Amino acid sequence: MNELLSFIPALPFAGFLVLALAGRRLSKVAIAVIGTGSVGLSAVLTVLIGIQFIAAPPQSHAFTQTLWTWMQFDGYAPAISFSLDPLSLVMIFVVTFVGFLIHLYSAEHMLDEEGYSRFFAYMNLFVGSMLTLVLADNLLLLYLGWEGVGLCSYLLIGFWYKDPANGSAARKAFIVTRIGDTAMALGLFLLFTNLGTLNIQELMQNASKQWPVGSPMAVLASALLLGGAVGKSAQLPLQTWLPDAMAGPSPVSALIHAATMVTAGVYLIARTHVLFALAPPVQFVVAAIGAATLLLAGFSALAQKDIKRVLAYSTISQIGYMFLALGVGAWSAAMFHFMTHAYFKALLFLAAGVVILAQHHEHDMFKMGGLKDKLPVTFWTFLIGAASLSALPLVTAGFYSKDLILWQAWSSPMGSKVLWAAGLVGAMLTSLYTFRMVFVTFFGTAKIDISWRPGVRTIVPLLILALLSIIGGFVELPKTLGNIPLFTDFMRPVFSDTASTPGTEGGELTLQIIASIVSLAGILLAWLFFLRRPQDADKLAQAPAAASLQRFWFSGWGFDRLYDTLFVRPYLWAARANKDDFIDSGYTEIAKFNRAVHQVLRFTQTGSIRWYAMGITLGAVVFLGIIVFLH
Amino acid sequence: MIANVPMEHGLILAAILFVLGLSGVLVRRNIVFMLMSIEVMLNAVGLAFVVAGARWGQVDGQIMFIFILTMAAAEVSVGLALVIQFHHSFKTLNADAASTMKG
Repeated sequence: MNELLSFIPALPFAGFLVLALAGRRLSKVAIAVIGTGSVGLSAVLTVLIGIQFIAAPPQSHAFTQTLWTWMQFDGYAPAISFSLDPLSLVMIFVVTFVGFLIHLYSAEHMLDEEGYSRFFAYMNLFVGSMLTLVLADNLLLLYLGWEGVGLCSYLLIGFWYKDPANGSAARKAFIVTRIGDTAMALGLFLLFTNLGTLNIQELMQNASKQWPVGSPMAVLASALLLGGAVGKSAQLPLQTWLPDAMAGPSPVSALIHAATMVTAGVYLIARTHVLFALAPPVQFVVAAIGAATLLLAGFSALAQKDIKRVLAYSTISQIGYMFLALGVGAWSAAMFHFMTHAYFKALLFLAAGVVILAQHHEHDMFKMGGLKDKLPVTFWTFLIGAASLSALPLVTAGFYSKDLILWQAWSSPMGSKVLWAAGLVGAMLTSLYTFRMVFVTFFGTAKIDISWRPGVRTIVPLLILALLSIIGGFVELPKTLGNIPLFTDFMRPVFSDTASTPGTEGGELTLQIIASIVSLAGILLAWLFFLRRPQDADKLAQAPAAASLQRFWFSGWGFDRLYDTLFVRPYLWAARANKDDFIDSGYTEIAKFNRAVHQVLRFTQTGSIRWYAMGITLGAVVFLGIIVFLH
Repeated sequence: MIANVPMEHGLILAAILFVLGLSGVLVRRNIVFMLMSIEVMLNAVGLAFVVAGARWGQVDGQIMFIFILTMAAAEVSVGLALVIQFHHSFKTLNADAASTMKG
């Protein structure tokens, strides 16, 4: 069964090829079957291989399948080889399973779009690239998948290409992540020249042998890889592209910008965690970036009006939590939160997509209302997703994963009280903005009538994801609630070098209670301000200080304007100034000289016969003179 | 009776006649007079050929002169036809009137 590993990424690629070449001639049903079926088959394969992997783990908990040698030069021969271990198994399970549900949803959601086959082709290409990224055995193949998902993100954000704003958003996403990709490429060059290989296992071994803890090489290499991760995962300072990426269709936002692509950075750091453990300053920066980003995005989400932008900032914030966990050495906690986040964030985006279609493509939450009774299934699944995001105690998956991160932030040797406090404030903000979204969108009086109703293909993924948002956390019960750390134990072969965290059960229980109170307080505040007495919220927003703060948070803390002033304007100025530089004058002067000579010679063309006859005569005289006198 | 006129004198005479004809072409404004000057040039060339033929004692010089005369006659007929067309277009016989290709 393990030999079928290469089929998992190959099937979506095959789906992409079929749809790209023959998509125009197929019926919509065939397109949906091919597009969804390829990912569905990959999901089935993943489950089967996963069951076998868990029941009878291979030697050293890793299985590698090499397909062929990619290229060969100068003694270096990277291969197309896929490697399966607990970390990649969790990733491919989430990617294929959640991806399949999202494809199923898209079959109905995108039904009225004219680019139906183009959509599924791009989505399949994306899933194939993401699976390549995750299963890659060496960093070069990982980089191939990395670039592939970046390309598909660009293609899908700008899916409705006829509107130039969508093209701008797609270009912005691509360019900002490109900055990170360049840093990552530099990191790969550094690693290769110093350690001689890009195979991940060999790389980690060579690094731990050759580089002592804190050595400048390790710091530089991991800092560059962090640059790549920051770009792809939309963390500070490269977070500006994700809110604008909401210009794409809702399934795209769910798949790429919530569940999978933006977590590629988290995966990269987890995969190369040995390198980061060798560079404590960089690991601290990871935690700091995570903490700062989760707060920044949390405040920004509070001031947004577009329902998808709230979710976009929420994604940035939650990935900040994952970075925070990675920064304090809680690798499996980060991956656990990745998994639960994929469930509830995909659910939220899909449900938001239903709401948007049902409200005549309206995105502004404040123009909606009263959908609780009109779209009941959507409401209840959205509520479950929101509860999971807010880490509602005990019954939601989000509680277990976020709580684990907060506990690790407090008690890990690399953690600190400050980081824990940041995570706690973030938790309050999360439940506040999440339930603001729920109350404004679904409660109150209905303003727009329903223009679309979800069918089976939409409701089934919503229900499945809602179920997973509830039970998905039960694979990792903390010591205070049953002590069933299935997830951490499963990941132990990958993260075998992390020390187990000290700390008492009592301490953990206290923190859990504090976190639960905080998240419930956020829900209460949201209920007070947006349901019970919304006039209080409006009065608060009237005050000049509050209004400017709201504008500041609405613009994402002014980063777009900052980058415009710092980078875009000088670059445009330099480009314009360079248009007529001194090298151009070499060409223009030749043209000017030609024109001047022409102006002079113009006077010899008089059109008069006698003048021409005289010209002939003079020429003949000159020639004869040369022959007679000089020859 | 062939007088012993040196060849140089004949060629110099031909050259002077040629230059006279050439300056006539360059200076005259009336097309008919330009054509007459061209005839003078042709005759000068014929004289040069005859002188050369007499020098070498061969008849080729005389034959060449007959060719030139024949060609001159044909050329005059064509030239006069062109002059009539010229007059029809420009209503004048001034060669400077045909300068629409100026510049």
